[in-house]
Amino acid sequence: MKLLVCISQTPDTTAKISFSSDGTEFNQSGVQFIMNPYDEWYALVRACELKESLGGTVVALNVGPAANETTIRKALAIGADEAVRINTEAQGSMHVAKQIAEYASDKGFDIIFFGKETIDHNGSEVGAMVAEYLDLPYVSYASKLELNGSTANLQRDIEGGVEELEVDLPFVVSASKGMAEQRIPNMRGIMTARTKPLQVVEPVAFEESTKLVKFTLPPAKAGVKLVDPENMDELVRLLHEEAKVI
Amino acid sequence: MVLVFAESPNGHLKKAAFEAVTYGKKAADLLGTSCVALCLGDVENAGVLGSFGASNVYHVANSTLNSFDSQSYSAAIAAAVEKLGATLVILSHSSTGKSLAGRLAVKLNAGLVSGASSIPSVEGGKIRVSKGVYSGKAIAEYEINSPVQVISLMGNAVKPIKSGNEVAVESLEVTVPNNRVTVKSSKTQEGIVPLPEAELVVSAGRGMKDPSNWGIVEELADTLGATLACSRPVADSDWRPHHEHVGQTGIAIRPNLYIAIGISGAIQHLAGVNNSKVIVVINKDPEAPFFKAADYGVVGDLFEVVPRLNEAFKQFKANN
Ligand SMILES: Cc1cc2nc3c(=O)[nH]c(=O)nc-3n(C[C@H](O)[C@H](O)[C@H](O)COP(=O)(O)OP(=O)(O)OC[C@H]3O[C@@H](n4cnc5c(N)ncnc54)[C@H](O)[C@@H]3O)c2cc1C
Ligand SMILES: Nc1ncnc2c1ncn2[C@@H]1O[C@H](COP(=O)(O)O)[C@@H](O)[C@H]1O
Repeated sequence: MKLLVCISQTPDTTAKISFSSDGTEFNQSGVQFIMNPYDEWYALVRACELKESLGGTVVALNVGPAANETTIRKALAIGADEAVRINTEAQGSMHVAKQIAEYASDKGFDIIFFGKETIDHNGSEVGAMVAEYLDLPYVSYASKLELNGSTANLQRDIEGGVEELEVDLPFVVSASKGMAEQRIPNMRGIMTARTKPLQVVEPVAFEESTKLVKFTLPPAKAGVKLVDPENMDELVRLLHEEAKVI
Repeated sequence: MVLVFAESPNGHLKKAAFEAVTYGKKAADLLGTSCVALCLGDVENAGVLGSFGASNVYHVANSTLNSFDSQSYSAAIAAAVEKLGATLVILSHSSTGKSLAGRLAVKLNAGLVSGASSIPSVEGGKIRVSKGVYSGKAIAEYEINSPVQVISLMGNAVKPIKSGNEVAVESLEVTVPNNRVTVKSSKTQEGIVPLPEAELVVSAGRGMKDPSNWGIVEELADTLGATLACSRPVADSDWRPHHEHVGQTGIAIRPNLYIAIGISGAIQHLAGVNNSKVIVVINKDPEAPFFKAADYGVVGDLFEVVPRLNEAFKQFKANN
């Protein structure tokens, strides 16, 4: 079993979000970076579980600068066997997808794992793009993945419900909550991670056509209007007459 | 031309499809072009899309498309885009749209903005559009520099508006590859508006103390016709089903009204709900961080306040 897990690095979930004064750059100072939770908790852990029960290798891949190697080492500590870093700043989803697809095209991976989305870009874009570049089936938002020989049975979140699906290997999947349980790396994992191979691959040229113009912060709330807990008729009146939502 | 893919799971057009056509029409007016809608597989009453602004409604009636697979769907949409000469493609940012948007962008060599929340603008001949990023903590504006562009529209970001008349449905022939993903079953709850589409949401957290206390919350949701949601620890301890979990690791929603009951308002919770138009917070702790993100607040014991609020809504419903 050859499994590829694409991991991204995002600001910590509690990070204060701010930008340069012209709004073109995310202000990194004081921000702690983590592995994107969906990539770590669900995609990576499920890939490791499959490998542990069926044998094979898990490769963790990140498209990013050398500074991301702490995050990549964490993936190795959790259980990936090897890591690859494609040495370029991510310029956008298609730029990233192109790098991943180029790398994976001749490696014969059985399953390529993604998180359902990054918590900074919130795109849900890269997995589908890689699937298209490689002409592979794609199942997004999978909350369960079981293998049965060369066939996979998956459950996928849809609006207000779930779907049960079947697909033959190889395929691309994006993971949502339910696929696995978060794993805390243990001491042994952290120690062995240092000796596992981390290969640096040079990027291919690609011109991203979606370009950031600027970031802005949402307008601040006017402030909370407190309503007397004894007087819920007043709250209903405000929701009807002032907020006009009922 | 703007082409809108209108989703019709099990043959029924989704509310998201009406939103997408309304959005496509606004974009088309801005670009001085027309807006057409595309339906794939089973669909009833597709002509109604005309009344939301589609000048033509095309239908690919290939039976392969009665079951969703991102490969056959993206092939059909790309073929329609090429056949009709569309340059801007609009999808819904739904479980279906998220599986398609990236594929289509690669197929059409198009720039993509997914989860857009604003009507596009045109600057120097280029399309610009905004979306929420950093889990709702910021907004990013993008420019798309390719001849064809793909945009997926966030749910509840525009209100469906009827601006025209129904039109006749035209059938469209395109070649569609076989499905490689087989949908074995599809279960959705009957009679409940799914969270991503809900306009009214009643949500509760650990302040409820015990799952057996949920009756008062369910009654309130029932009175309002609202969909239920919950905080993560509530779903994690199986007090409530996982599909109700909202927040950074759960579902991100943008209803018109979000009522948060016994939820502290942790930053990861807010990440999924701070795009709600109006937030009401009921919490006994005046220092709860949620009050900073709220429009209306009630400081009090939820076990007293929620039944009282339910009575007040009932009264209101009876009089209106
Ligand atoms: C990486 C990461 C991701 C996360 N993702 C999510 C997510 O997606 N969604 C999410 O919700 N959380 C998420 N969390 C968890 C989050 O940090 C909080 O722990 C969680 O939201 C708290 O849930 P709560 O508000 O229900 O409980 P608590 O924080 O325990 O709050 C309970 C509240 O109820 C109030 N209360 C108690 N009794 C009463 C009463 N009788 N009447 C009125 N009020 C009362 C209390 O004053 C308190 O404010 C995440 C955390 C991490 C680290
Ligand atoms: N720079 C990156 N390197 C490797 N994988 C990535 C990168 N960015 C995104 N991904 C993967 O693509 C998924 C979806 O990202 P997005 O389309 O940005 O929401 C993430 O959950 C990751 O699995």
